[in-house]
Amino acid sequence: MHFKRVIPCLDVDAGRVVKGVEFLDIRDAGDPVELAAHYDREGADELVFLDITATHEKRDTIAKLARSTADEVFVPFTIGGGIRSVTDAQAVLDAGADKVAVNSAALERPELLDELAAVFGVQCVVLAIDAKAQVGSEDPQTSRWEAYLAGGRTPTGRDVVDWAREGAGRGAGEILLTSMDRDGTSLGYDLALTSAVSDAVSVPVIASGGAGELEHLAEALRAGADAVLCASIFHYGRFSVADAKAHLAAAGIPVREIE
Amino acid sequence: MTALVEGPVDIAIVDYGMGNRRSVEKALEHVGVRASISSDHARLRAAAGLIVPGVGAFPRAMDNLRELGLDELLRERVRSGTPVLGICLGMQLAFDSSTELGGAPGLGIVPGEVRALKAGELKLPHIGWNEVRFAKPRSPLVEDLPRTCAFYHVHSYAPVPAVQEDVLGVAEYGAPFVSAVERGSFSGVQFHPEKSSAAGLRLLANFARVCIAAGAPVAG
Repeated sequence: MHFKRVIPCLDVDAGRVVKGVEFLDIRDAGDPVELAAHYDREGADELVFLDITATHEKRDTIAKLARSTADEVFVPFTIGGGIRSVTDAQAVLDAGADKVAVNSAALERPELLDELAAVFGVQCVVLAIDAKAQVGSEDPQTSRWEAYLAGGRTPTGRDVVDWAREGAGRGAGEILLTSMDRDGTSLGYDLALTSAVSDAVSVPVIASGGAGELEHLAEALRAGADAVLCASIFHYGRFSVADAKAHLAAAGIPVREIE
Repeated sequence: MTALVEGPVDIAIVDYGMGNRRSVEKALEHVGVRASISSDHARLRAAAGLIVPGVGAFPRAMDNLRELGLDELLRERVRSGTPVLGICLGMQLAFDSSTELGGAPGLGIVPGEVRALKAGELKLPHIGWNEVRFAKPRSPLVEDLPRTCAFYHVHSYAPVPAVQEDVLGVAEYGAPFVSAVERGSFSGVQFHPEKSSAAGLRLLANFARVCIAAGAPVAG
């Protein structure tokens, strides 16, 4: 029995979790390692850290984060944000991360995906795509999405489905697919986008952006996602990972439950 | 949450330049085992137990093992009854051969071949948590674990043991595949115990206990 995955995502700036995090049982809610260990205990199947540090010490802070996470967390974790080369990826993977996520750097130079896969294997390479629906495409049959880079600031003109297909062909072992339209809205994942990309690629798709209710997780998994990424739904303490697992299990979706 | 290993035990993680050494070391530390990462023959011969980790491609891994002279060392340690645990690629290497990237011979510790997963319509690589059903629930390696238990898998290949008795656990992804094996003092898991939360830490602690038991003087 293969289980669908629930993956909390932590945005980290200069080694601290940003976005509000409200937990009563954690001494220091801003510490990414402590929060990650908490999610591991609650039944998180994996973790994703997105490093948004803008300073030039970035590379050191990412490696340090990977190292201290590997000391305390015993589920797989991915680190993304600013990885632009095999050397960048090597530092993070050597420090204990299981996978790296690349986004802008791969859009600017798609060969990066081939290089990463050749050195580390496709299972280490996650292609993150920030997708924005194109105006005038409300009909799900004809929907189109454009890939954005630089944290969603710069349009590329690239069609998301085509880019996902190319990325998987080049060596991405997974696609982390974020709907920019839904991110932060709590309106639910973009299911048409999730389906379109899941159908187009032979690698697992992680749906991201928009989870507000537990049923949203079930919807994305039914739409073809192999995993769901969640941030605020967990960070604000409204639901625990265990709540999410229980909801999905009750909805007939196979998930790993913690005894 | 996780039982600690009582008493010191000397486990070495075999370093042949292929992945996840640090994660295995940290997971062992978490259950109370201080392991070393080494490719030094004397060090690996002195250890009470060995763990062969591994992420990457089979042919290159075998080349690395041979260059370091670790292929013969591993065979010799298994022959002499030292507990050896292979993880993921480290398990696959113990087989006679693999079909990955045109094919390559393996260590020949466990009879059988490593072949590409046949997952039908499902996505590959197989990434994620999958339930393993233990065929030998009384094996000390899986002591105190439920008979079926979820572990984290990341792979596109899986072993096909020639001897049914060597199968320790089976999982299913499109079709059934062998996820854990045991033959003599060698055991191997396709999944990553170091990334499988409490259940994985339990399995590693169990392996440490197997090493302690193997190293203990035989009672008259």
